[in-house]
Amino acid sequence: MITLQHMLTLSAILFSLSIAGIFLNRKNVILLLMCIELMLLAVNFSFVSFSRYLGDLDGQVFVFFVLTVAAAESAIGLAILVVLFRERRSINVEDLDTLKG
Amino acid sequence: MTPTLTLESVLPALPEIYLAIAVCVVLLVDVFAGRAAPRVTPTLTLLVLAAGAALLLAFAQVPSTVELFSGMYVTDPLANLLKLFAMLFVAVALLYSRHYLEARGLLKGEYYVLVLTALLGIFVMISAGSLLTLYIGVELLALSLYALVAFDRDNGVAAESAMKYFVLGAIASGCLLYGMSLVYGLGGSLLFSELAVALQGPASLGLIMGVVFLVVGVAFKFGAVPFHMWVPDVYHGAPSSVTLFVATAPKIASFALAFRLLAGGLEGISESWTQMLAIVAVLSTLVGNVVAIAQTNLKRMLAYSAIGNVGFILLGFVAGTEQGYEAALYYTIAYVIMTLGSFGVILLASRAGFEADELDHFKGLHARDPLLALMMMCLMFSTAGIPPFVGFWAKLQIFEALWTSDHLALVVFAAAVSVIGVFYYLRVVKIMYFDAPGDLPTAERHTGVRLALGLNALAVLVLGLFPQSLLSLCEQVLS
Repeated sequence: MITLQHMLTLSAILFSLSIAGIFLNRKNVILLLMCIELMLLAVNFSFVSFSRYLGDLDGQVFVFFVLTVAAAESAIGLAILVVLFRERRSINVEDLDTLKG
Repeated sequence: MTPTLTLESVLPALPEIYLAIAVCVVLLVDVFAGRAAPRVTPTLTLLVLAAGAALLLAFAQVPSTVELFSGMYVTDPLANLLKLFAMLFVAVALLYSRHYLEARGLLKGEYYVLVLTALLGIFVMISAGSLLTLYIGVELLALSLYALVAFDRDNGVAAESAMKYFVLGAIASGCLLYGMSLVYGLGGSLLFSELAVALQGPASLGLIMGVVFLVVGVAFKFGAVPFHMWVPDVYHGAPSSVTLFVATAPKIASFALAFRLLAGGLEGISESWTQMLAIVAVLSTLVGNVVAIAQTNLKRMLAYSAIGNVGFILLGFVAGTEQGYEAALYYTIAYVIMTLGSFGVILLASRAGFEADELDHFKGLHARDPLLALMMMCLMFSTAGIPPFVGFWAKLQIFEALWTSDHLALVVFAAAVSVIGVFYYLRVVKIMYFDAPGDLPTAERHTGVRLALGLNALAVLVLGLFPQSLLSLCEQVLS
């Protein structure tokens, strides 16, 4: 029997994975975008589980909005990435170090 | 049960409806104006804002709290005041930025459209009645700001700061969202009014975890320590006109975010979040004011000053009383007025091919441009919290609120830290008045902008001499 607890644990694991991915990743920015996407999906999972548990549809409606916003967010993130690549010829996270102090 | 939707019943939501239409109109006019667009769009945007303020005053006034759209949308006198101020601040910011954008070939319609969509996001946050509305507002504001920071496409530094802002902002939204999902699950509703009833007394472990994530999200949006990493980079890297915008109107939105979410929806479990906010606020005031001393770049220095000042706003929330929220509101408005002025001076001192953003660029400003130096001095004194300027009263209100809510240690600490802060504000004044002017370009005339800046500096002084005017307004809308 799969209970709310199982689903929330999975959501928490996915969320922690995405956070760890963002902070451990030193390679490239695309991976960061993927981690951000994973983070939002983890939250969606948690919303859907609660929604099902409470028998309340609001949580599932919230998920639709989050999905839409996530798409917009990726669009902006990729756009900034393109601008950055044109200027720096690199999408390496370690190259983002001109601003300091 | 469900009331029918009539034109009269949605009237309180007029500011958002109007602004959403106005954004489309500005975008279309900009496209069809062709060659005339650089002249038409900025003026049109200012007219749109003025008309918006007039419409709000004429039709959307509400005597007390009104809920719309099944409680998803809330408006009250506080919301109206914040929206009016947000429109005013955005208008002033655009007024200051125009010549700067023109000199750098950035005067494009998209800039104005993005500023207006950001303003719409701020409006939605101010009037949020549920977690969903709040989240949509937060994202609308944040996405517009990311695009604005990267607006200068040929500037690698701006692109880098936009990327950092984007990644950190997305993490903040993710944390906020995760917190929202937990609070939704444990409170059983998305509406703040229902959450405030459902979540009472000592919080369970799960709820505390949710609140932690929410506080992280709020602190991120405010730019409070330890989630302040984006602030200096964005302030420094973005074009100065964008910095001016990022530093001002979104602070109103952050106040609304904290007020609606923490003071509204999580009212019943305020002990849990006030403790967390206290840590964040104490660290912010300390780190902001101490690290600002080490900066040589004025924009970066003002970024750390923002971190310190945000700490003070959060201290108002830590007090957790009505007086505390009043003080936080007063502080936010006063701080935004002062910041508008200081970045306005930076914009006015810059010209094509020259960014007046290093402290050294202000050497002997008094000899080159006495009026500009005088305005900057007023603004710096005010931000430092020296009487009779408005910054002094703002700090005093926070101290009073903390004092009456028995946070004596915090009062002593905040007072000590603001004394440290005085040092670097006065250093700017010293550089302007006592250092020898080097071979630096003089600021251009721009009479209109100068006049607006003069009024801005005067407002800081007048609001300081008659503090009761703004203060009673804050009291009125919160009671």
